[in-house]
Amino acid sequence: MASPDESPGRRLGLVFFWIYVALYAGFMGLVLFRPDLLSLRPFGGVNLAIASGMGLIAAAFGLALLSLVVRPGR
Amino acid sequence: MLYESSPLAIAIFATFVIGVIGLSFYLGRKGQSAQAYYAAHGEVHWFVNGIAFAGDYLSAASFLGICGMIAFHGYDGFLYSIGFLAGWIVALFVIAEPIKALGRFTFADALDARFNSRGIKLAVAISTLVVSVFYLIPQMVGAGDLIVPLLGLPHWAGVVLVGVAVTLIVVTAGMVSTTWVQFIKGSLLVFFCGVLVVLILDRGLAVNAGRPGAENLAPQVRTVRPDGSVLVDGVLQSDTHDLRPVGTILRLPERYAGKTSTGPLRPLEYLGVLEDSSIITWTPSKRVDEAGVHTTFTPVERRGIDLLKPGGYFKGLTTGKLADRLDFASLMLALFCGTASLPHILIRYYTVKDAAAARKSTVVGIAAIGAFYVLTLYLGLGAMTSGALDPTSSNMAAPLLAKSFSTTLFAIISAIAFTTVLGTVSGLIMAGSGAVAHDLVENVCGVRMTDHEKVRCGKLAAVGLGVVAMALGIIFRSFNVSFLVGWAFNIAASANLPALVMLLFWRRTTKQGIIAAVTVGMVASLGWILLSADTFEKVYGWSREASLVPFSQPGLVTIPLGFFVLVAVSLLSPRSPGLPAGPARARGSR
Repeated sequence: MASPDESPGRRLGLVFFWIYVALYAGFMGLVLFRPDLLSLRPFGGVNLAIASGMGLIAAAFGLALLSLVVRPGR
Repeated sequence: MLYESSPLAIAIFATFVIGVIGLSFYLGRKGQSAQAYYAAHGEVHWFVNGIAFAGDYLSAASFLGICGMIAFHGYDGFLYSIGFLAGWIVALFVIAEPIKALGRFTFADALDARFNSRGIKLAVAISTLVVSVFYLIPQMVGAGDLIVPLLGLPHWAGVVLVGVAVTLIVVTAGMVSTTWVQFIKGSLLVFFCGVLVVLILDRGLAVNAGRPGAENLAPQVRTVRPDGSVLVDGVLQSDTHDLRPVGTILRLPERYAGKTSTGPLRPLEYLGVLEDSSIITWTPSKRVDEAGVHTTFTPVERRGIDLLKPGGYFKGLTTGKLADRLDFASLMLALFCGTASLPHILIRYYTVKDAAAARKSTVVGIAAIGAFYVLTLYLGLGAMTSGALDPTSSNMAAPLLAKSFSTTLFAIISAIAFTTVLGTVSGLIMAGSGAVAHDLVENVCGVRMTDHEKVRCGKLAAVGLGVVAMALGIIFRSFNVSFLVGWAFNIAASANLPALVMLLFWRRTTKQGIIAAVTVGMVASLGWILLSADTFEKVYGWSREASLVPFSQPGLVTIPLGFFVLVAVSLLSPRSPGLPAGPARARGSR
């Protein structure tokens, strides 16, 4: 299956997309199969469930912003 | 009593609603063409469109439903937030630019850009209507829930009020007024939720919510008698005798020994203290006999650390039952895939001038929506410990949290929540109206219309959809709104995403493949939902065990099914003649 749109900007966007898919799938894998790990508090105050959830939200915004910086609006 | 309307609350609410409708009439005075009605001339600034994305997307499910789910069940409500936001990554990196380049007014325009097929238009228009109607239900339910405490009117009155207001908004100026209503709503929602979170952190956490009487942990019984009258602990419910508000901290962590309140807390500190506290939640159990339906609410002491990890609502995550885990995985897949398949979100890409603006507005939308979802975690947890919760209604957690600070804030938050419903419902009615007037009447039935007639046809469709929305909002009043939105995401992701993605990334896609994928995805996901245990129990009132499918959320099966059907049918059908307007066009601006 080849993409009909091979522009570098679109390809970079797809790379970001797959990075986020990996993060999301990893988080859901933890929730589904090792929810006990999410109770750990490796950073002191908040547990891993909160930290990773907030991290996913921050990652979405970070990648979105990066996509504008790396490929400015045409 | 839990709820009492006040003149101030009614005045603030009326100001919001009249202001929004007045704005619509003002915008409606400007000349209207089909391009203006369906796509706001394609001239909306990307920043305004980005906030309008937030206004469109942050529905009653996001505000009322997620806050309520966190307040009643803890962390699992936040999983909805994570899934809802993740879907925007699909929209930004996969869908935004192509959909802008391919379409004109509706989602069907984009899918049909290469083929000019009446079959595609018909299938996609029906799918748009089905998804929009399923998404409308929770919005209308949420509107009814808000009206009960705010104005002291029955649930159905709130549903009718929203239906009439939204129909007026859409009929007066179409996408122009819808965009501005969503922009105002998105801005107000994020701002005032931020204010509420600042107040939560400033108040900190307190044993028994610092309220006299909140230490009373005796079970409460609510009885609905066959004649509809309600008893609370055996006595007729009245203004002076009602259920006690609930949701309190029983014990603070040891480091606060001897204190009953923490005082102001920093954001992460707030979460840490809550994890180390003991919290009282209330569990309902139902019994039916000849005297009526008795619901007993019993207090349960729970550790904060247990409430802030997965498994409070999605029980399968802790019990380990395979079917329950699959149900959860299916929901999370649907949330991820569903956002970029929602017709009312997709049509917002036609309101900006080019692909770059589409991308930038999506980034602004992600920023606003992401910030809001972080705030909802604090709103939900703040409500959980506010001593102000109504044990019978999770949807009212956020407004009642505001009420624990002041009646004025309660009125403002309720009015914003109501405006939230207006913004989202107007977007849904716009999408449905375009599907009926532009896709079905004009393109499928071949009715030739002047520009003026196209707009009039769209407005008539909007009125019809408004009536349908009101009826459904009254019928489904007892459902949690987040739960209902999950259904809409499943159907959208199953029916629309496979066709959209394959059209963009696989040259061999044919019109037969698209029609088959949309039809099979929609019918399979809808059928699965209607045969699921949740529907058996909550809609039909039957036993869960009698359901005909192994888990309730269909996406895990029906989304891959959509892809499979598209590939199989495309390979079995003759290649479609490739039009120059094919996927390659997607990278450029129009």
